[in-house]
Amino acid sequence: MANLKTSEKKSKAQSMGLHTEVLTGKTQQKFFNPDEAENFYYFGTYDVDFNKRTEIDVKNMDCREANKKIDELMKDGYGTIVIKNPQGKHSLGVGILNKLNLIFEGSLGYFGCGSMDGPIVRINGRVGWSCAENMMAGKVVIEKNAGSCFGAAIRGGDLICKGSVGARTGIDQKGGTIIIGGDAGAFTGFMMQRGRIIILGDVGINLGDSMYDGTIFVGGKIGSFGSDAVEAELTDSDQDWLKRKLKVAEIGENFDVSKMTKVVAGKKLWNYDALEPTEKKGAI
Amino acid sequence: MCGIAGLIHRGNTSNVGFELQGMLQALKHRGEDSTGYALYGKTDGQNFIMRFKVGENVAEGSSSVKEDVSVYDERKKIVDSYLSELGAKVIKEDRILPYSLRYEIQYDKDLMEFSQKIESVEGVEILSMGKSLEVIKDLGNAEVVCNRYNLDKVVGTHAIGHARMATESGVDIKSAHPFWGYPFSDVSVVHNGQLTNYWNNRRVLENKGMRFMSECDSELIAVYLAEKMRNGATLEEGMKESLVGLDGVFTYFVATKDSLGMAKDTMAAKPLVLYESDDLVAMGSEEIAIRSILPQEIETYDPFDGEVKVWQI
Repeated sequence: MANLKTSEKKSKAQSMGLHTEVLTGKTQQKFFNPDEAENFYYFGTYDVDFNKRTEIDVKNMDCREANKKIDELMKDGYGTIVIKNPQGKHSLGVGILNKLNLIFEGSLGYFGCGSMDGPIVRINGRVGWSCAENMMAGKVVIEKNAGSCFGAAIRGGDLICKGSVGARTGIDQKGGTIIIGGDAGAFTGFMMQRGRIIILGDVGINLGDSMYDGTIFVGGKIGSFGSDAVEAELTDSDQDWLKRKLKVAEIGENFDVSKMTKVVAGKKLWNYDALEPTEKKGAI
Repeated sequence: MCGIAGLIHRGNTSNVGFELQGMLQALKHRGEDSTGYALYGKTDGQNFIMRFKVGENVAEGSSSVKEDVSVYDERKKIVDSYLSELGAKVIKEDRILPYSLRYEIQYDKDLMEFSQKIESVEGVEILSMGKSLEVIKDLGNAEVVCNRYNLDKVVGTHAIGHARMATESGVDIKSAHPFWGYPFSDVSVVHNGQLTNYWNNRRVLENKGMRFMSECDSELIAVYLAEKMRNGATLEEGMKESLVGLDGVFTYFVATKDSLGMAKDTMAAKPLVLYESDDLVAMGSEEIAIRSILPQEIETYDPFDGEVKVWQI
């Protein structure tokens, strides 16, 4: 593990609060330098017009061909793209770093819409494992059910499933919001680090197991709490936020959020913060 | 990682050989070391169908060796003589490949005694014994095996199959799925995952007189369920007990003459997508397997952790 320490000599990025830690030892990590912003090029971004709409049928395409076609259409300025006949193919709609309205008329397989940053996606079917993995920003709405590892390691954006999801939803989540209209399986929020998960239905065993941080809200029954997951008080601001978020997400607008269970990290499992010796002592 | 697929037509028959071939071929990226089919065909239910091998087809890591066809011929002769001793009458005989045979047999006595006698011949393994079940497995992907054994015309009610990426044991037929639920007629199992208490369970079951033919951890599921049923448990009861008795990560399918079941471990670590309607249940490791037979938009879902389901034809 990298050795973290505070630095007396601050870079411009640190002064701006973009990051505070300094890594010592051998590392390949590079931080964004605002001084070099002019040189920054975000690969694969185009100016698109949302009113410029087109459809493509991917029935006879493999995922690489389909993704390449989406890229070409964005390059031509199309801001609304409808994908027909996805038929459960894997890795469709991945790596889109652009503003875009993307509509899938059908179901996706594994890793659909992974590693994207910005688009608004609507999937009128089901998704397989690891939908929207590593999403940075944007919104994905799934009309039916989703498989396991839903929203794995997302950093931001809204990920909404109107049906039920499998196990390990929000595993390693680092930001953003995941909203589930139905039930969720075992190990929901496993090792999550930040962000929020809302489940309107029931949830399986080991909820929030080994979570570092973040918040989970559950509307139904909880199979069991995982290691270091604890119930917390549902505040008025929590309820306001839940109502607002559910309304924006077009899901559970009339849901009684006052009866939801709030789950957070007990922070006893990990050695969290060297600056808080009492907490550290408790963890040991 | 392996891929599994299964389907059951309820109240109807269909070309299950062709359908399963399509489902398994869609999963070939999950492993194509070997592919196996357990097909429940349309038969008159009078005679047993015995699928057996008198030699191995081997590739990387196998503990078996390739042998001369004359060795297979010799073993076949001994099997034929043992069948006669057991009072089994061979109605029809097909030698599909030099090492792979299909016999239609009239027999009405104990299947365990029968199997032990036949398998006492070195290099001989019964792949399946049933009045509708036929297990066909060999090296290669689904299309290769289907073409080699002419499976695309098989009509039946249900089927399960397996596309294997060999991890726990070598590449050969004996380690390929499906496994027959010895000594029960018409019981077969396919599995995706790893079982971590294989040897503990195997020792216990062997002491109870159960037989293992491979070093593949997945075979344990077939033997485990067979032992439970031998002691009076129903298939569903045995499957529910397996969630506790088997340690590791798994999704498995089990089929009998008139039913198809699935079980998922309590960690839900292995994938499964399920489609259910009044007349058809289809399931597989990935949705694309189901899409190969149902390309139109359908409702599918992932069963939850610790779930066991059984459907009747």
